[in-house]
Amino acid sequence: MVPPLVVVAVLVGIWQWAVTAFDVRPQVLPSPLRVVEQGWLFRDALWTNTVPTLQVTAVGFAVSLVVAWVLAVVVDFSPWLRRALLPLFVASQTIPIIAIAPLLIIWFGFGLLPKVVVIALVTFFPVAIGLVEGFSSADREASNLVRSMGAGRWKEFRYLRLPAAMPSFFTSLRIGITYAVTGAVFAEYVGARAGLGIFMNLQKNSFRTDLVLAAVLVTAAISVALFGLTFLVQRLAMPWYAAERRRG
Amino acid sequence: MRCVVREVRVDGVAKRFGDREVLDDVSLHAGPGELVSVIGPSGCGKSTLFGVLAGLVEPDRGTVTVDGGPATGAMFGYMPQKDLLFPWRTVLDNTALGLEIAGVGRREARRRAEPLFEPFGLAGFETSRPSELSGGMRQRAALLRTVVQDRDVLLLDEPFGALDSLTRTGMQEWLEEVRSRFGWTVLLITHDIREAVFLSDRVVVLGPRPARVRAVVEIDLPRPREPASPAAAAREAELLALLRTL
Repeated sequence: MVPPLVVVAVLVGIWQWAVTAFDVRPQVLPSPLRVVEQGWLFRDALWTNTVPTLQVTAVGFAVSLVVAWVLAVVVDFSPWLRRALLPLFVASQTIPIIAIAPLLIIWFGFGLLPKVVVIALVTFFPVAIGLVEGFSSADREASNLVRSMGAGRWKEFRYLRLPAAMPSFFTSLRIGITYAVTGAVFAEYVGARAGLGIFMNLQKNSFRTDLVLAAVLVTAAISVALFGLTFLVQRLAMPWYAAERRRG
Repeated sequence: MRCVVREVRVDGVAKRFGDREVLDDVSLHAGPGELVSVIGPSGCGKSTLFGVLAGLVEPDRGTVTVDGGPATGAMFGYMPQKDLLFPWRTVLDNTALGLEIAGVGRREARRRAEPLFEPFGLAGFETSRPSELSGGMRQRAALLRTVVQDRDVLLLDEPFGALDSLTRTGMQEWLEEVRSRFGWTVLLITHDIREAVFLSDRVVVLGPRPARVRAVVEIDLPRPREPASPAAAAREAELLALLRTL
């Protein structure tokens, strides 16, 4: 944990020094000290906007996870559906969210739904691909072994392909969850009643650059916390993996 | 474990994959409690033969019988070349895998595997992870996983091929000892002529692909055998000469 903190401290130090030395106006670039000061002053507003963002992130990512799991399992069981659906997975990733998000607001209003759709579109692909490739990473000879033990397709999945996919799943989970926070903020930025995204948008319009950056700071903290949480869950879900890696 | 010992007979088995003929009329026989080795050049189709027996590969022609009746894959305990122990299972749960897949409850499967840890030299490693075991122990765990399924005939595909020669010698002596204790009927694929002579009642020599039986050599030496004895050396020389003519 020390090296990243050192890098951050040095960068923030340079930023603080440069703003003071070149006398930059805070509307253009506030000093880090001012960002923290104003953020603390507006902590109530930040907090009331953080809660909806967390809710949207949680619901959106949960929906994305369920859809990704269902489709990845379906694709694993059916070669025909694999050929049919995998290109669509890729296509889902090429949708320009920046163009679609405002349309989603027009279609579904300012509620939860358009934001859930944005988060699902952004995070579905890495999770689904991580799972599909994880299932396929199972050793061919191992599948011969379990079949020689009398396993059909379902037992082969349960005893071999599913546990074999876990390392790959957790990697894609980490990628997905960081995208989910960004996706939530972006969806709110386009239109919402509350949330860090709409908060940033409003503060930008009133030239409160310091408060925009304070909200960015909160977003980053959430992402890092959720990222760390996946390691905790992974440790609980597959305690064997860490030990395996330690031994090389 | 059950003590009924079976005999297995393979008759005229042939298999082609597309236009690649792999097995051409392979026949062999192992009596109750016998160990029969299959040797032959690399890639000659030995593993395909085991695939047929284990029910993984459908043969084009030929029959497999156990005790005179038609055989199914469920009668064979198959041990592939790699140990394929799953890192997400403990050693005990790995050895219980076959029973769990066969529908035996987890607790009962463990209860049946546990007593074998002592004779298999794995006592005390029940809750370890496979990565904590040495190469020889991993192979013994893989063999335990195979025999605990209580199948009629064991198919061992180069079980000691990946081990260093010192460990391999120890494992061969150990296999000879547990086999005489449990009396399994075993088919063994090996590249090691010395191993074949040391362990087998009979050695079946396959030719290059498409595999056909080129010779069957009876090893009627008394047990326990001495690997360096003149009689054993003579059989080794005979097999080596046979393999050179292929």
